[in-house]
Amino acid sequence: MVVAAPVSVPYERFSPEPAHWWLARALSDLGKRSGLTAKDIDGLCVSSFTLFPDTAAGITQHFGLTPRWLDHVPTGGASGVMTLRRAARAVQSGDADIVACIAGDTNHVDSFRAMLTTFSRFSQDASFPYGAGGPNANFSLMTSHHMKTCGTRREDFGKICVAQRDNALHFPDALMKTPLTLEQYMDARLIADPLVLFDCVMPCAGAEGYLVMREEHAKAQQLPYANVLSTIERHNAFPDDPVQIRGGWALDREEFWSMAGIGPERVDMLQTYDDYPVISVMQMEDLGFCEKGAASEFIQANTFTFDGSFPHNTSGGQLSVGQAGAAGGFLGLVEAIRQLTGEAKDNAVKDARIAAVSGFGIINFDRGLCSAAALLEAVQQ
Amino acid sequence: MSESLQRPPRKDPQKRTVTPTLPPQARSRQAIVFSTAAAEGRLALQTCGACEHVIYPPRELCPKCWSMHIEWRDIPDGGELVSETTLRTSVNTYFRERMPWRIGTVKLDAGPLVLAHIHGDVGAYARVKMIARTDKSGQGVLLALPEKETANMADDKQLRELTCNPKHRRVLVTDGRTELGQRMAAALAEAGASEVFVGIAENWRPYAGSAELAAMARVEIVPLDVTDTVSVNELAGEIGGKTDILINTAEYVRPGSAMQRQGILTARDEMETNYFGLMRLIQAFGPAMRGRGADGDNSACAWVNLLSVYALSNWQVYGSTTASQAAAYSLSQCLRSEFTGSGVKVVNVLFGPLEESWRQPLPPPKVTPQRLADSVVHALQQGIENVTLGPVAEDVVRRYKDDPFVLERELIQSGERQAI
Amino acid sequence: MSNSNSTVLEALASAMASGDVQTVDLTHTLDSEFPVIVLPPEFGQCAPFRAEVVSQYDERGPGWYWQNISMCEHTGTHFDAPVHWISGKDLPNGSVDSIAPGAFVKPACVIDCSTECAADEDFLLTPEFIQAWEKKHGEIPAGNWVLMRSDWSKRSGAAYLNMREDGAHSPGPSADAVRFLVEQRDIVGFGTETVGTDAGQAAHLTPPHPAHYLFHGAGKYGLQCLTNLDQLPPTGAILLCPPLKIKNGSGSPLRVLALVARSAA
Repeated sequence: MVVAAPVSVPYERFSPEPAHWWLARALSDLGKRSGLTAKDIDGLCVSSFTLFPDTAAGITQHFGLTPRWLDHVPTGGASGVMTLRRAARAVQSGDADIVACIAGDTNHVDSFRAMLTTFSRFSQDASFPYGAGGPNANFSLMTSHHMKTCGTRREDFGKICVAQRDNALHFPDALMKTPLTLEQYMDARLIADPLVLFDCVMPCAGAEGYLVMREEHAKAQQLPYANVLSTIERHNAFPDDPVQIRGGWALDREEFWSMAGIGPERVDMLQTYDDYPVISVMQMEDLGFCEKGAASEFIQANTFTFDGSFPHNTSGGQLSVGQAGAAGGFLGLVEAIRQLTGEAKDNAVKDARIAAVSGFGIINFDRGLCSAAALLEAVQQ
Repeated sequence: MSESLQRPPRKDPQKRTVTPTLPPQARSRQAIVFSTAAAEGRLALQTCGACEHVIYPPRELCPKCWSMHIEWRDIPDGGELVSETTLRTSVNTYFRERMPWRIGTVKLDAGPLVLAHIHGDVGAYARVKMIARTDKSGQGVLLALPEKETANMADDKQLRELTCNPKHRRVLVTDGRTELGQRMAAALAEAGASEVFVGIAENWRPYAGSAELAAMARVEIVPLDVTDTVSVNELAGEIGGKTDILINTAEYVRPGSAMQRQGILTARDEMETNYFGLMRLIQAFGPAMRGRGADGDNSACAWVNLLSVYALSNWQVYGSTTASQAAAYSLSQCLRSEFTGSGVKVVNVLFGPLEESWRQPLPPPKVTPQRLADSVVHALQQGIENVTLGPVAEDVVRRYKDDPFVLERELIQSGERQAI
Repeated sequence: MSNSNSTVLEALASAMASGDVQTVDLTHTLDSEFPVIVLPPEFGQCAPFRAEVVSQYDERGPGWYWQNISMCEHTGTHFDAPVHWISGKDLPNGSVDSIAPGAFVKPACVIDCSTECAADEDFLLTPEFIQAWEKKHGEIPAGNWVLMRSDWSKRSGAAYLNMREDGAHSPGPSADAVRFLVEQRDIVGFGTETVGTDAGQAAHLTPPHPAHYLFHGAGKYGLQCLTNLDQLPPTGAILLCPPLKIKNGSGSPLRVLALVARSAA
């Protein structure tokens, strides 16, 4: 199974358009990019928070598709890898030949507040009433817990944020275009102790998309593509940890690497889900790039820009590109495909062959429930 | 220790009164059960009837054993703070206006992990004592208190948002002609109220305790007859804009069932005080209080109704009076609904037979006026909305919660006997 | 006949127009705070005056103002009919709707007891006091109202009912005085400034509440809560006191007026 046609619809801070417009734009761009039409696409997988009252089903009629396979994956930050996983299985088993995976959300002026207000029942009942801080509150608790139990420091998180901003300066569609220094990070305005402004993503509107198909289809269409080496997903892992310190990756990491037949040292770039730097650090730990508790050392020993020793979130990640709702779950995956298919420009990772992509989503109450990861491999073309 | 709350300065007449905003109010049906216990000042969580696992957040199934036999039980209030943050931004206007705001994760001794508001005196990673209370939205929330009492603990900003502390607030006691009204006034002055207005109807009739009442510090006697619309409106015109807590001590109690009475005059008198009196007070004082729910440290914060527990289910011995109290109880529910959005709590105290002349023949146990006054002050200080006072009331409420239709039949069977 | 009658009325009209005959209002304002009689609490109670606005140029009625009012038949300045008391319950024409209207327009004799009442709040008017008054002002003619001036209407608040633990303390007629006025003078009715025609402590007289018991038993009427009696001459005033025509009414709040010649006032 291969992935191809990475599409990122340039983000906007606020958009008057509905989610349907953003998904439409992603699909339209996929068509332009691949030369495929509605007749060719026989599988559709959609991820969105703001599509209400529609789901993927309504989208088929709206977009003139008649797919024989359909899925709707409402798992936010984990939806990129999870749509890939589902689409690849569908293609592998012959349920579909070419699956379009699209994710998009709009951001009206009040959308973010409205989404938090009705995000989930546990959130509504047991977390939102406590200051209505949204994910800032949850991740501040996780961050201070990580700092206390693993010895990570603000400087470590800062280094990740600063490197991502550097990457964003080389990615034309990133919303954050002002350079950031570690000093600025350390002095930044507090949002929810210990989180500062630069630890937090900025909600925006945007969409992402890609195609899943068999290699021969990609070749026939003359599309650059990348191979899928392995995928994992897990939900509600370690429910008894008092404060989230690890995700499902820690449960499934052995399978993850053995399925691909490689180890972390072979990875040329890592795209983590980064609504806050602490969760990127957890993904580095749980996927085995460093030991739990050794993140601080690992971070200080590496550089994380696209041209660094450990290229990470090479487009700038959500922290510097923006968080376009469910599209945020696609951002790292689409960037990895772009990198491996030679479509990255100023921020291209040199000689990149293996990319690890990781997702994390749905802060239901006090922690994120969904975790997923994929390994992709470039093809010598 | 918390900083001692100082008496608020006089209001700047050029400043616009802040419109009350609310913390998030939406809850699931199960979470409303939590809120209901919180309104009684109880910390109750779901407990699996099969495996004893304590469950949070509330749900429909025990996640450990999949039993659906889930009960709400009061749980031990101990816990430990395992992580905390101070929020400086919020998407919610109410919290945004009150930043910074401290929250944290608490590992309860009973098992579950909870998110909670954190009192300012709780130390880092300290042991805490949890309370459940209703917030300004009327929904239950958890607050972690220091395990041991600290100086000025009640003055903590976040705790005070959950309570209706009379300290530095101005209180109206609607009827001071009775021992109850007089004890109430004294208890509130004692609790730090800056002014206690005490209503006196028909001041041309002498009443016991008038001299002592007039001599009480911070007590001001005002003309008020809840059976007279003109009187109620006139007083509201004078002090409605600075009534922070209203305690309706006016009651009209007479023994007798429907057929033991001739005519409806006594019933009408009961309704005039117990139901229409409440209605008049609501119409006259309600709008201003509702508008002042966020008016600084002495914002309007509570409306207290004192109701016979037989408001829940009629007791024939006082059949007509209790019917009027049932009407008042129903109206108090309407008021609670109308105050939603204002942050002003409706405190209902359901009490058993009171030690006063119209209930003189009833056997003990009875509730003394002093105890009722103390329980109101306690409820205000603690932010408790629903109080059941005295063994008789506790018994009736327990049966009511079990099944109100069974209670109705038990009360019929009990006839003249009080204890059921 | 008709000529001379119309001449009388014309003369009255012209005297009133010129101010030679003046109208004195003997009525308190109906006000929710005006005291009403207090009975032991297990008895039914006299309802105080209440007014509820029906509309006041608002959404309940944009162009008009009116109130619903409620009260007892014996609230404020009011009239007592014979059926008010058990002793008068079987008399013919004993309720306000059946009393012949002539009774509502009669001359009045005003007995000034204000000095005595100021000295003794339980002052009882006696036959001797009445006869002493008659020596000065002439015998009370039959068919007159007798008004007992106590200046009690000048009291307010708690001093009006003057309640103590043993009940109200206010002046009124003795049983003998009542008998005297009924049997010897055949008056039409008796009026007071206090909340009742009887003294505050009249429950302890024999018979109890003699003014109510004996006057009403004899078909005489009562007026209570009068004011401005100090503006009336001892004799010569004409009292206008028609109660509301309430079916089987035991009494009624009313407006009591007196016509007074200027020279006499």
